[in-house]
Amino acid sequence: MEESKRNKCSSDAKTTSPKPKEKVCFQTERCKGCGFCIEFCPVKVLEFSKDYNKKGYHYPVAVNACKCIGCNMCGMYCPDFAIWGEKNSDKNKE
Amino acid sequence: METTDKHPLNNAFLNALDKSPMDKNKIAIVSGIGCTGRVAGYVNLDSFHTTHGRALPFAEGLKAASPDTKVVVFTGDGDLMSIGGNHFIHAGRKNMDLMVICVNNLNYAMTGGQVSATTPQRAITATAPYGSFCEPFNLPFLAETVGAVYVARWTVYHVREMQKAMSEALNKKGFSFIEIMSPCPTLFERRNKMGSALTRMKFYKENTKVENNADTRNTKISLNDPFTVGKFVDIEGKKTYLEAMNSYYDEAFQSDDEYMRYRGLAQKNYEEGCLND
Repeated sequence: MEESKRNKCSSDAKTTSPKPKEKVCFQTERCKGCGFCIEFCPVKVLEFSKDYNKKGYHYPVAVNACKCIGCNMCGMYCPDFAIWGEKNSDKNKE
Repeated sequence: METTDKHPLNNAFLNALDKSPMDKNKIAIVSGIGCTGRVAGYVNLDSFHTTHGRALPFAEGLKAASPDTKVVVFTGDGDLMSIGGNHFIHAGRKNMDLMVICVNNLNYAMTGGQVSATTPQRAITATAPYGSFCEPFNLPFLAETVGAVYVARWTVYHVREMQKAMSEALNKKGFSFIEIMSPCPTLFERRNKMGSALTRMKFYKENTKVENNADTRNTKISLNDPFTVGKFVDIEGKKTYLEAMNSYYDEAFQSDDEYMRYRGLAQKNYEEGCLND
């Protein structure tokens, strides 16, 4: 079940658009695994990782990265500034 | 893993400040002692970290000395309502032009979780091991009663609404008060067996009723019952302390040629400097 969910939006989307407009960024070493971003992401992009960070917590990973709408709700909820969403509009294109 | 140097402003207050047209040199942050105390150190603005309970008197003095500055006070419930409760009612009565953000976690969290003026009945804290028995303050009701021109309550779950409330309060003249309900997972939630921070955030999501312009008498908070959030009071046209003082003295000293309107210490120093030159 989980595998199929992941496959649904992993390979195809990334090959068709190499630089997605909206993306979610991480600084995993800051994470303390509270799970706010995973719970309150409106499009359910995130899941806990199987790995640990240096502090020993499971950090979030983007399993449905192509679904991200760049709303930055995860960034607003994160108490540790470890995650944020970005909207790459035409003005900010680099 | 992707990392970038461009870190967005992931904070409701800083976002509100960023979007307001206000001059950033005309903003001062005052924080009291408590879990919110470090706010004054985190921002690259004029800021001061005051003693416990005395954030409001310091902010009032700052406002009186430089009336052009927008003074924002970050305090907690123990700081603002328990130790500095008297300052709160008088700042509200005088309608000092301050923006007060009270982060309410229902106890004195930084000092070890003691009973505060907002601890709900039956809640277990360090100084009430069998439960608190006193009636707690209802902060929006109190703020409205003492004369605040803007009263809102949001929780840490309602980030966008909180940001909007802060934008409105930044552009508001007069005593504006925003209460923000916040979990205290290490002390209050642990002692009262309310679960983790995530559980409490879900509680805020499911058990809050948004009701703007609600009667503040009905916005009481109890231990595990749903409560009302929203913007409760928004009054226009009430004179602030300095405006009221100036307009009153203009009338009272109409015939006196020597009378000069008060414009703050900066203006006074500037005028004295001109005279000395």
